[in-house]
Parts: sequence; C-alpha cells; structure tokens
Amino acid sequence: MAVIEIQNLRKTYKTGFWRKTEKEGLKGISFEVREGEVFGCLGPNGAGKTTTLKILMGLIFPSGGTARILGMDIHDPRVKQQIGFLPEQPYLYDYLTPLELLEYYAGLSGVPARERRKRSEAALARAGMSEAANMPMRKCSKGMLQRVGIAQAIVHDPKVVFLDEPMSGLDPIGRREVRELIQSLHDEGKTVFFSTHILTDAEAICDRVAVLDRGELKGVDVVADLLSKARGKVEITWQGQPKIESIRAMSLDYHATGESVRAVVKEADTDRVVDAVRQAGARLVSVTPVHGALEEYFLAKVDAPKKEAEE
Amino acid sequence: MTGGAISRWAMTALLLSAAGAAYTSYRLERMRSGATLDDVLLVQSPKMVKAASLGYTGLAADIYWTRTVQYFGGKHREKAMRYELLRPMLALTTDLDPQLTVAYEFGSFFLAQKPPEGAGDPQAAVDLVKKGIAANPRNWRLYYHLGFVEYEERKDVIAAADAFEAGSRVPGALPWMKVMAAAMRQKGGEIDTARYMWTNIYESSDDPLIKQNAVYRLIALRIDEDVLNLEKMAAEYQKRNGSYPANWQQVIGMGWLKGMPVDPSKTPYRLMADGRVEVQEYQRFPFITRGLPAGKQSIERITEESFKPQQ
Amino acid sequence: MRARLALIAANTFREAVRDRVLYNLVFFALLMVAAAPLFGVISIGVEKIFMVNLGLAAIVLFGVVIAIFVGTGLVSKEIEKRTLYTVLARPVARWEFILGKYLGLAATLAVNTSCMAAGFFVAVAYVSVGLHAADVNLLVALYLIGLQLLVMTALAILFSSFSTPIFSAAFSFAMFVIGNFVEDMRGFAAMSGGPEGWLVRGLSYLVPNLGAMNVAAQVAHGQPVPGALILADTANALFYAVAALAAAVLIFERRDLK
Ligand SMILES: Nc1ncnc2c1ncn2[C@@H]1O[C@H](COP(=O)(O)OP(=O)(O)OP(=O)(O)O)[C@@H](O)[C@H]1O
Ligand SMILES: [Mg+2]
Repeated sequence: MAVIEIQNLRKTYKTGFWRKTEKEGLKGISFEVREGEVFGCLGPNGAGKTTTLKILMGLIFPSGGTARILGMDIHDPRVKQQIGFLPEQPYLYDYLTPLELLEYYAGLSGVPARERRKRSEAALARAGMSEAANMPMRKCSKGMLQRVGIAQAIVHDPKVVFLDEPMSGLDPIGRREVRELIQSLHDEGKTVFFSTHILTDAEAICDRVAVLDRGELKGVDVVADLLSKARGKVEITWQGQPKIESIRAMSLDYHATGESVRAVVKEADTDRVVDAVRQAGARLVSVTPVHGALEEYFLAKVDAPKKEAEE
Repeated sequence: MTGGAISRWAMTALLLSAAGAAYTSYRLERMRSGATLDDVLLVQSPKMVKAASLGYTGLAADIYWTRTVQYFGGKHREKAMRYELLRPMLALTTDLDPQLTVAYEFGSFFLAQKPPEGAGDPQAAVDLVKKGIAANPRNWRLYYHLGFVEYEERKDVIAAADAFEAGSRVPGALPWMKVMAAAMRQKGGEIDTARYMWTNIYESSDDPLIKQNAVYRLIALRIDEDVLNLEKMAAEYQKRNGSYPANWQQVIGMGWLKGMPVDPSKTPYRLMADGRVEVQEYQRFPFITRGLPAGKQSIERITEESFKPQQ
Repeated sequence: MRARLALIAANTFREAVRDRVLYNLVFFALLMVAAAPLFGVISIGVEKIFMVNLGLAAIVLFGVVIAIFVGTGLVSKEIEKRTLYTVLARPVARWEFILGKYLGLAATLAVNTSCMAAGFFVAVAYVSVGLHAADVNLLVALYLIGLQLLVMTALAILFSSFSTPIFSAAFSFAMFVIGNFVEDMRGFAAMSGGPEGWLVRGLSYLVPNLGAMNVAAQVAHGQPVPGALILADTANALFYAVAALAAAVLIFERRDLK
C-alpha cells in the first residue's frame, strides 16, 4: 500500500515586492512511497526537497497536483495524528527546555497527560539527548537542537516520519546515531521519508531514492538495484612498482603515492590487472568493488540536462 | 473541519461581528455626543493636558482648536444664548500652542459677538487677543483684531486707535493700519471706518460664518448711511421750505435725488411726517442702528427673515 | 480541540512570563504609579485627581505596549523564526493556533493589569487616606482598560498574520492612537462634510472606538460611569476583537508560511 502518493505536484513561488516574479519550485512531480519503506529524497541545493516536504506538511499550498498521506488528503486533520516532522534547521522555542518542549508537543499530538513525561524522556533518550533534557534550549548547540528536533518528530509514535536533512549539523558520531535511529524506526515498521544531499547516508539506509533537480523528478529507483547496476568497477592497490604502463593504459583512475598505487579499473579487467601486478613483481594489497554507485547515478541524472545544454 | 469550512465560518464571524462593532460604535457615538468636551469640563489644567500629550502639544492644540470650532458651530446652529465652554477651550488651546494665531483671531471674534452670534463677552475677547499679542508681538494682524473688538464691540475709540497704531508700527504691517488708527482718532468717520473694517474682514476670511456676518454688517452700514443722508435732506428741505417733504417726489424735485431711494432689498425707504426716514421691512436687516420705527430695538442677530443678499 | 487551545494558551502564557522585558515593563508601570503621589505634592488640592489620571494612563499605556509587543512578537515571530512548523505539523489547525495565542495573551495581560491595578489602588489609598465608596468607579475604569487591551491584542494578532513584527507593531500602535481620537474624527467629519467628511466618518468605523473606553477624566473627578456606556463598550470591544480575530484566521488560513 502506498503511504505517500504525490501526483503532478507543482509549486510556483511568487516573489518580489509586488509578488509579480514567479519562480518554479516544483514543476510537476509524481511518485509513491510504500509502507515500511525508508525513502530518500535526493537533490542538490534548490532542487525542491524542502518544498515537497512543506507541501506534505500543509505549511505551504501547492499550485497544482495532489498529495495524499495514508490514503487521506494532506489537509485532512486526521493525517497529522499519524505523522512526525523534523524541519530543515529546526527552530524550537528557546525559552523551553527540551523536556518541556516535548511534553508540550506530545500534548498537542494528543498523547494523554500522564504518558507525556515518560514518552518525552524516551524520545529524548532515543535521540541521544537524555543528559541535556533540562537545559534551556537557548544554550543548546546546533547538533543538540537537531537531536531535539528528531526527538519531537517521534515523541507521539507516528506511523510516518518526515525528516528534512536529519544529519545536517551533526558530527560523525551523531550521523551514525541518526542512521541507526532511522534503521530502528524501519525495524519497527514505520515509514521514513527523508531528504538529504549527502549520498553515502542515503546509500546506507534507503530502500529507494528519488532524485530531484531544479523542481523536476529525475528518477526513482531501488537502491539495491542501483548498486548492482553500477557495480562494474574495482579498486586495486599494490606496493613496490609505481609505474606499470600496461595497467595505467586500461585504468579509469591511476594514482601513485611513493611506493603505493591505487588504480580503478573495469570489473572485466580485474584478472588481467592482477596478473600484470604479479608479473611486475609488486605486492598486491587489495581488490575491492567500488561503491560510488549512488553518486554516479545522482551525477548522471543531475548532469544530463547540463551536458545536453552544453552540446 | 476542512479549510473551506473554516474560512466560511471565519467569514461569517467577521461579517456579523464587524456589523456589531460598527453598530455599537454608532450607539456609543450617540451616547457620548459631548464626549470630546469632557476633557475641557474636567481637566481644565493645561499642565495636565500637556503632560498627557507626551510632548506633542502642537498636535494637542490643533485637536482642541478643532473641538473649539466644532463646539462653537454646534452652539451657533442651535442659536444658543450661552457659550460657557468657549473661554476655557480657547484658553486651553492657546496655552498648549501660544503660536496658534487662528485661535486668537477667530476666537476673539466668537467671544465678542453678541449672543446668539457669539458669547457676547468682549472683555474676554480683548483679553484673549492681548494674550496672543504677548506671545506673538510681531504679528500685526492680532493688533488689528484687538482694535476691531475695541471699536466694534466695546465702542472704545481711543483703545481701538491705540491698538491700530501699535500694530502699524510692527514691521510688515499693511499701510491701512495707519489709516485705521487715523480714522479712529477722527470723530465722525464712524461709518466709513466700520465699512473699511468689515470689507477687510470679508476679504481676508475664508470662514463662511464670518463672511456672512460681514455681509450683513456691510448692508446695515449702507442702510445707516442712506438713512442719515436722507434725513439730512429732509432737514435741509424743511430749512428751505418751512415744512418737511410730503413725499420723495418733492426731494427729487430739488435735484438731490436721482430717483426713488430704495434699501438693498429694492424696497423704497419710508418718509415720515416728522422728517424721519424708516426702513419698511426693518426685520430683514440685522445690525441697523438707523431707520428703525420709533421704539424698536436694533436686531442683533441674523434671523430667518433676514434679507438674503444678492452677490 | 479545547485541550489543544488550553495547551497553546498555557504555553503562550509561559513564554510571556519567561520574557524579562515583561517584568521591566510592569516594573516601570508600577514605578510610575508609585511616583504619582510625588507629583501630587506639586499640584496641591488635586493630588488624587492627578494620581488617578496618571495611574490609569500608565496602566493603559504599559498594557498596550505589552499587548502590542508581546502580541506581535508572539505570532509574527513564530512565523518569522519558523517555530510554527513543528506546531502546525501536529493536529493543530491554524485557527486553533491563532485563538490559543489570543487566549494566552489575554491571560498574560489580565495578570499584568491586575498587578498594576493592585499597585494603583495602594497608591490611591495612600493619597486619599483609605478607599472610598466612589472608588468603585476606578474599578470600572480598569475594566474598560481591560476591554481596550482585548481589542488591541486582537489587532496585534491580525497585523502579525500578514506582516513582519516591526510593521505589525507600528500598525497596531497607529491604531491605538487613532482609536483614541475616533470621536474627534467624527467631529471633524461633521464639520467638514462633503466626500472627505464621509471618508473620515467611514474610517472612524474601521478603527476601534478606544476613546469611548477611556473614562479616566470622569472617574478622576469621582463621577460615576453610566451602566449603558459600560454595556455598549463591552459589546463594542467584543465584537471588534472577534472581527479582528476572524480576519486574522481568514488571512492566516490561506497563507504560505515562509
Ligand atoms: N519562500 C520561497 N520563495 C521563493 N522561492 C522559494 C521559496 N522557497 C524555496 N524557493 C525556491 O524553490 C526552489 C526549491 O527550494 P527548496 O528549499 O525546496 O530546495 P531544497 O531542495 O530543499 O534545497 P536545499 O538542499 O538547499 O535545502 C529553490 O530554487 C528556491 O529558491
Ligand atoms: Mg532544503
């Protein structure tokens, strides 16, 4: 069953003092997110990711097209009971502490009064904010606010969670924690829709991704398929012989640092390269398939029109 | 509730309550018809008003001046015989802004005129203009107004002459201030002087009330002058012929008149057996001092049956 | 729905109460009221009159400043700073947000005004050596001030529903000033007549009739306020506040958040 259905969604922003200048944020996109999926929305800056999320949250109104969540129109009040939302760079009431904020929000989402404290504490713990739960939010760091933002998105145990760039502002440990959190939401059977322009994050946790660019949908694909499709390259490293001309000629990338060499070759050439390394008397260090798949997919989708324009 | 339903509710509430607000505002207006006078009645201390106007005393003075004119207009319309608040209002206005010269010019006029044309308090008018002169000694027009009130309302030719003379010495004063001073000093120049003054007032004022008053004054002056001249002719006739003329024909026969003498309403003057001259419809001419039937008082206000002058 | 309104109102109250600016404002108002007896010494014989005028003026002025700054701050700041996103992504309708904010603000103002009023009564009792029966009129004046604040808060929210915080504050303050001269506007309209007279008269129905809710001068002289006036003022203020809030909802309901 489709949890999110987006059909020909368009958004035209009117800007300028007289609101005369029009700017197309979304040019008619359609896709579906299935139940229990972790769905990534990818795209460079200004692609329309936040616009899509704001329309889904009812914060702005689409200029055309329809969007449904859990089979209901997005403006149906019942939808809001079942969803959680982390905005891009969350701004939260800075006169409250994280715990107060979560209790307030839990109340707004209809959590019964006696459960609010318990649920808020649990959500903060999940987001790694237990220790700072009673610290005024105006003293929180950017990363801490991001964590509070994530906690408020899940405090009322929603069925669908929308996250706009959930990893931004976090340190590497934080990123991993958020990744694990999304994973655990996935394990609980929740649907997660999140936007990012960091590809490795999406690659690691998404079931499927949509690629947006300048308001247009460039493609929707299953990540596993993408990976296998693009798996055609191997990275080979060795030591002792910096210049093996026969390999350099067939390499896609060849890089020597002192005694160590790193070469990227087509998967089909692996055996020939390995043989050449042995014959040259170098010491083979590693042979690894390359995982740049999503990045390539992404760049290919995003760059295509640019190249066309250049030609 | 859907968005449309909420908008309909809000629109209904807006229309109903806007109507209610307008209606109650109208009722309040009715209920508090003299509301703007409360301040003057209760807070007769300019100090307090100054404090309350937060330094915008000029603006406060303008507001009080507007209220004064409105008060005067209202009283005038209902032909009131008492203008109790006129003096305190003018005092407050001029205390707030001593440079507001219109308040002295028109204020003295409102105060000096006999009821119901004004408050009938020439002393207060003189005091007000003197206060204005003290605050604005370089404004020669204020001396003119002082002279006018002294002469016209208090019949004090000496004081009037002094005022005109003092004013004529202010740099920039128009030359006729000197003429006025001279005329005041010279006895018998009464009608001419008065005519001069009223013509000047008519020409220099934009206020319809004041202009109208000046027109009636000028008409009255013309009648006074006519009657004086006609009575002189009758006396001369009696000196020459031993008896008063029986009709105007006889006076015309002497070559002293070109035709039937008529008042401004084209009605002939009535020649009496004792050589007096009477105005036939004297009720139509307020302010006339001559030509009144024996025992009749001069009418000191403009009435309904007053002659409507043809401009 | 009622639970959510109460939560939003309570949170608004909490925000206002945690704002240091509010305490400063209330403190200054109390200081002004407390200083009034000192002014009274200067104007012998009218101590109490002066005291009442000044005290009520201080209360209404500071009340309005709070209503405007906290009011525009609380709503347009939420839009400007996007704290609203996480609220409206919950089962909170936009009209509930507006109404909840309004109720919270009204509660805040009620508490503030009560504090200032208590200080005021202490000062009056000090100046006139105890309270008298006629001082009931002061309560009426305070009640009418409360009505003015209800109207001003609704206006502040209306302006913030479509404008930036600074503009909202400026518009609201302009309305407050003009609202105090509604009766003068009508006087002017009656005097000038013609199309501009009608225009001014029409405008006088658009701005709140705050002048009619200002009875400071009367009560300072111990004059009673007619019941009919209290009633008409109450109806007018409530109608006006509802109209302003309904307009705010109409605008806000369709608006794209930035
Ligand atoms: N309020 C607005 N007024 C005018 N244009 C806007 C507005 N919001 C977004 N846009 C425009 O719409 C386009 C899409 O913006 P959006 O914020 O959805 O991008 P995004 O994919 O979230 O980018 P980022 O990765 O930088 O967050 C951009 O070109 C942007 O300039
Ligand atoms: Mg974005």
